[in-house]
Amino acid sequence: MSAIANRYEFVYLFDVTNGNPNGDPDAGNMPRLDPETNQGLVTDVCLKRKIRNYVTLEKDGGEGYAIYMQERAILNNQHELAWKALEIPADAKDGYKKLPKDAAKAKELTDWMCQNFFDVRTFGAVMSTGVNCGQVRGPIQMAFATSIDPVVPMEISITRMAVTTEKEAEDQSGANRTMGRKHIIPYGLYRAHGYISAKLAERTGFSDADLELLWRSLINMFEHDHAAARGEMSARKLIVFKHENVMGNAPSHVLFDAVKVQRVKGEANTPARSFADYQVTVDVAAVPAGVNVTDLI
Amino acid sequence: MTFGVRLLVWGERACFTRPEMKVERVSYDVITPSAARGILEAIHWKPAIRWEIDRIKVLKPIRFETIRRNEVGSKLSSVSIAKASKAGRTDTLLTFVDEDRQQRAATILRDVAYVIEAHFEMTNKAEAADSIGKHLDIFTRRARKGQCFHAPCLGVREFAANFQLVEAEAELPEADPVHLGKSIDLGWMLHDIDFANDMTPHFFRAQMTDGLIAVPKFMPREVRT
Repeated sequence: MSAIANRYEFVYLFDVTNGNPNGDPDAGNMPRLDPETNQGLVTDVCLKRKIRNYVTLEKDGGEGYAIYMQERAILNNQHELAWKALEIPADAKDGYKKLPKDAAKAKELTDWMCQNFFDVRTFGAVMSTGVNCGQVRGPIQMAFATSIDPVVPMEISITRMAVTTEKEAEDQSGANRTMGRKHIIPYGLYRAHGYISAKLAERTGFSDADLELLWRSLINMFEHDHAAARGEMSARKLIVFKHENVMGNAPSHVLFDAVKVQRVKGEANTPARSFADYQVTVDVAAVPAGVNVTDLI
Repeated sequence: MTFGVRLLVWGERACFTRPEMKVERVSYDVITPSAARGILEAIHWKPAIRWEIDRIKVLKPIRFETIRRNEVGSKLSSVSIAKASKAGRTDTLLTFVDEDRQQRAATILRDVAYVIEAHFEMTNKAEAADSIGKHLDIFTRRARKGQCFHAPCLGVREFAANFQLVEAEAELPEADPVHLGKSIDLGWMLHDIDFANDMTPHFFRAQMTDGLIAVPKFMPREVRT
């Protein structure tokens, strides 16, 4: 697989309706908020997790598309069986204990990881291979996604018509009801920025086919990530900037500035409740020469 | 003879992690010379040159916020990669994020902007074709056009850095009024890591006057104790 030959940037818009796109462990799993602006946040790692999960679904561990960072829910038991079935041959000279000091050997390991694991090839990985080659920096870099407007999380109290323990049942003299809480955002449109370096792709072998898979995962990942907590999430826009030059033809901030997301006229002071309340425009005239803009959604 | 370059960098968030608080990361108040060098290297670098940071101008007020994330607790071991590679299969090599999970808070900077003033020096890897003018031209051309080898970041990769060349004849952007007329001792800060000598970290006493921090020369050989 030959690596991609162009630098890319992308603007990714997704929305949530009555759900929690990314809980904040510091705030009792409330949706993440920027404390200064009340805009909603979704971390880069949250989006990367969903990309990994999508690739796991689509490729199902196919050759070259293994995923190193697995989520337990996706695990099939074969993995565990494999651990047991494959009695890993112990090296007679105990050679594995030593880290590969020699750079060529370390590189061999890194290359093998890149060839076999989509997430290592794409996002990089820290591998404690000792000298020099311990780290792979992946070509894809994503920033935090921020909502266009401030979001107002709501706390929804819910009841469950059952209890967990007998003691609880006794305490309630058989009424058997418990209360729970859900945090939701009625509506939020989020915008994420991504960067793809062709030069780093050269080093990990991130290919055009991988890029296509990345776009597919961004387009489809929410379709396979439904859960009670998420509400309705969907990918709304994926605007890709492709530079002719491998190093790029324009500053990324100029390209990002060309994508404007505004409220539809006349509704500026009302809360947004659907994607129809927004208008996304790409100012093609502001995009410098040598950069090609495509709308993938 | 060396020439200086001046680069304006800015971004919404930044985390220049203090080495003494790196489990639950706490950022320094300002960008470190080491991170500034990384940004320049993201735009242009060759083994023939070494970037030296001269001054850092802090344009925005220093503000923090915290963010807590789920992270994994361990690194991939080369031993298990070697085993899997030898066995020729990938299904034995994986980590379950929810079994190896750590929640970590990071105290990060908000809304930052700096001007990095730097120059480069030729290293002993320089060959006849490596003239100062050539590397300076490549850097300024790329910075002016927004080209980069990989997208530079403000301390960690999730916080991307925007950058713009400050042309030689242009005035430096003004620092925020909060910095003016004040001299603040930022304490001991990481200067850079001496990769030639077993990754030894070097520190310097950062003093910010009117938003300007003068960075001493990085002299690996002379500061030995």
